[in-house]
Amino acid sequence: MLSRREFIKICLAATAATTLADLLVPAIRQAYAQSPLPRPPVVWLELGSCTGESVSLDNSLNPNLYQLLTEFLDLRYHWVYNTAHGDAAVRVLLDTVEKEAGKFWLIVEGSVMTAADGRYNHVFSRNGEMVTGLAALKEFAPKARYIVAVGDCAAFGGPGAAHPNPGGGKGVWDVVTDRVVVNIPGCPSHPDWMTGTFSHLLLYGLPELDAYNRPKLFFSRTIHDQCQRRQQFEDGIFAAFPGDDGCLYKVGCKGPVTHSDCPYRQWNGAVNWPVRAGAPCIGCASPHFPDGMMPFYNHLPDVKTRAVAVSVKKIGAAFAALGVGAVATHLAAGIFARRIHKHYLDGTKPSDPTPPENLAQVKQELDDLIRQQNALMSEAKKLEAAAPRRRKKSWLRRVISFWRTEDKTGKDK
Amino acid sequence: MARKTIFPMTRIHEPIRIDVEIAGGRVTDAWVSSHLYRGWEQMMLGRDVRDTILFTQRICGICSTAHAVADALALQQATGLAPTVNGQHLINIILAADTIQNHIRHFYLLTLPDFVSGPDTPPWTPRPPKPDLRLPAKTNAAFVEHFPTAIRMSAAAHELLAMFGAKAPHQQTIMVTGVTQHLNADNVKAAAALLRRIRYFVEGVYLPDAQTIAVYYPDYHIIGKSVDNFISFGMFPEPPNGQRVLKAGVRFAGGLTEDLDPAQISEDVRYGWYREGTGGRPDTESTVPDPDKPGAYSWTKAPRYKGLAFESGPLPRAVLSGEYRGKGTGVADRIIARAQETRKLCLLAENWLARLVPGQPTLQPYTLPPRGEGVGLTDVMRGALGHWLKFEGGKVSHHQIITPTAWKFSPRDGSGKRGAVEEALIGTPVADENSLVEVGRVVRSFDPCFTCAVHAVNLANAKPLII
Repeated sequence: MLSRREFIKICLAATAATTLADLLVPAIRQAYAQSPLPRPPVVWLELGSCTGESVSLDNSLNPNLYQLLTEFLDLRYHWVYNTAHGDAAVRVLLDTVEKEAGKFWLIVEGSVMTAADGRYNHVFSRNGEMVTGLAALKEFAPKARYIVAVGDCAAFGGPGAAHPNPGGGKGVWDVVTDRVVVNIPGCPSHPDWMTGTFSHLLLYGLPELDAYNRPKLFFSRTIHDQCQRRQQFEDGIFAAFPGDDGCLYKVGCKGPVTHSDCPYRQWNGAVNWPVRAGAPCIGCASPHFPDGMMPFYNHLPDVKTRAVAVSVKKIGAAFAALGVGAVATHLAAGIFARRIHKHYLDGTKPSDPTPPENLAQVKQELDDLIRQQNALMSEAKKLEAAAPRRRKKSWLRRVISFWRTEDKTGKDK
Repeated sequence: MARKTIFPMTRIHEPIRIDVEIAGGRVTDAWVSSHLYRGWEQMMLGRDVRDTILFTQRICGICSTAHAVADALALQQATGLAPTVNGQHLINIILAADTIQNHIRHFYLLTLPDFVSGPDTPPWTPRPPKPDLRLPAKTNAAFVEHFPTAIRMSAAAHELLAMFGAKAPHQQTIMVTGVTQHLNADNVKAAAALLRRIRYFVEGVYLPDAQTIAVYYPDYHIIGKSVDNFISFGMFPEPPNGQRVLKAGVRFAGGLTEDLDPAQISEDVRYGWYREGTGGRPDTESTVPDPDKPGAYSWTKAPRYKGLAFESGPLPRAVLSGEYRGKGTGVADRIIARAQETRKLCLLAENWLARLVPGQPTLQPYTLPPRGEGVGLTDVMRGALGHWLKFEGGKVSHHQIITPTAWKFSPRDGSGKRGAVEEALIGTPVADENSLVEVGRVVRSFDPCFTCAVHAVNLANAKPLII
């Protein structure tokens, strides 16, 4: 059987030519051959979601969904696939939770709707009584062996919790606070991220997680760091409109602040991914998606959020707390624009950054960071200088511009 | 008389509850209710109008492209911008690929377990009591063998989508004037090769499989017959003048047909958990959630055309185009029409691929005006989809969506008329009151997707957000 170190190597090395799962399947099969591991019972709970993760999982290639269901997982309950319906399906669900307590995996998809006591989302009926998604999650979570939140909605609230969040959407870890929730973000999650994490859970238990509880296997570096268009960024060649050649930073790419391995893992059998297709990254794997990433087509320092201006002191605190990688770049850009999204302060749970392995690595990371930051800031400065100088607005002007606001950067687009 | 509840109804997307009254072995009354509310259109307000295409599609992960295309159409109408020739063909190919994916998945993963005994492992077990499986063992085994291939081919359809849409679900390249992906001989050729493989599968496996089901379940040409009012908004505009390849139209139960008049569409909220008096025409209606409203039973509103409930989707499209010569308009007909449409879409997409010109622009740079309003009406995989969009100062001020699932799965309206699925359930024979497989078959034949249906909110009097 593979050692854990080898497993991680495989995950990190999977490139466009081979999908992650291509390499993993033989290893897992071998593991089964040596000691027939029982397939873990799985309860897949769908809350306020778009079913995107289930559909994305359908797209997994090796193992494809069929192998996953027949060879690796014992998917007892997932209402997209269960043959039984109504009470028969509910019985399976409750039996699994009772009889397999401490053994079953709870996979959650979609934000937890908490408004009106969860009544915006019912998920099953027990003895004629409607059970809300919130209540079901709270009931099942303490009994689960692992809790995995798939998709940005389940992990961090995501689009299901977008402002003004009428349904009171929340991430699973905001509701289940006393357990480790493995977060696999993305809108939707890449099938490899899901199957890779499941395989790790199966073979070695919990994978190593970062401050946002994301498996480091897939979310340790920014898109910007791994991007095929990175050289064009360094060379100062920028696209003027999505679809043009050149780095897409000016047309809104959120790659510098988004941690994921899209650039080399790519999507759907590694045929494409947004930046390669000329579409700026919209940061869908970010804990701040979507509010902190909108407008999608505005470049970073100019991202206008429904944010409040935050004092420099607070930014300093957040800076210190988050600290990791290129998030700082965004913060620096945010400071520059005197704007920062409130989620950086209260929407997330900052914790200690991961300790680096050695001093040389720290130095390397810091150098990279400073270089990137300088480049971004000088670019932002240039853009700011190009924009017409803002005049202080009288209230009359405000009223006029309210009716006739033109995006100041619109000409760039 | 007995009243039975099915919740959750499985093998559909998102929570749906079905209540049926049964007397003398037949369903005599039915209620369909959905149980998720996220308030999507409330979220849309105040957002940058350029973001609507990418943001609204996140309503739904199974038919995301549909919403992107509808918003692109609404913005085209609002601004007078037209997609480039390549761009329009690519948008059509992307939507067709997503539809093919949807149809294959719907048949093999969601529909078949009602008719075929799947592998002996969860989630295909436990099976419902008295499952009414009629296929001979050999045929059944052949179906089970098709499962893995079907799963692979639906993923291949998404792969085709991703070649031009960057990723799937939730493509990222569609803009108002086309798509950002460039064309070259390489990706066009690869897409054509992949598409041909998908077509071979559809012609050689999917279509015969669908027909086999109809052969063994002939009574299902009658079972599941609904209101027989059919509506289609038309699908796939073609350059240069935007004529739809699949035509829009309306057909009433008696056979009377007429041109689509969008002004006749309205929504009713009598039995939805929305404040009374907030329904109406989609370009002006407002909606306020009210989970405590007495008498209400669903988060879906009730869209009506000339006050009547309508069915939309592959079968209505086929009937309206005059191509469908089936035995009836029941469950089996929906299944066959869906399969036939999949084949047709493969052929159409091959045609569009052949007309792509590498090197020509797929996109025209543009700047959106600060204000405008537009309506994006298009048929998509599940039926008729409409987006009503207004924006001021570059920010969305009104966004109303009527989805195909809302058309089909609407609750009763103010005049007490049932929605299309509720109507279809009436008269369904029931062999076992605790199994209700027949009810499941009828409901699933409509291909419901409640993630889309349940979000209809627009606050007409809400202040735009100032940032």
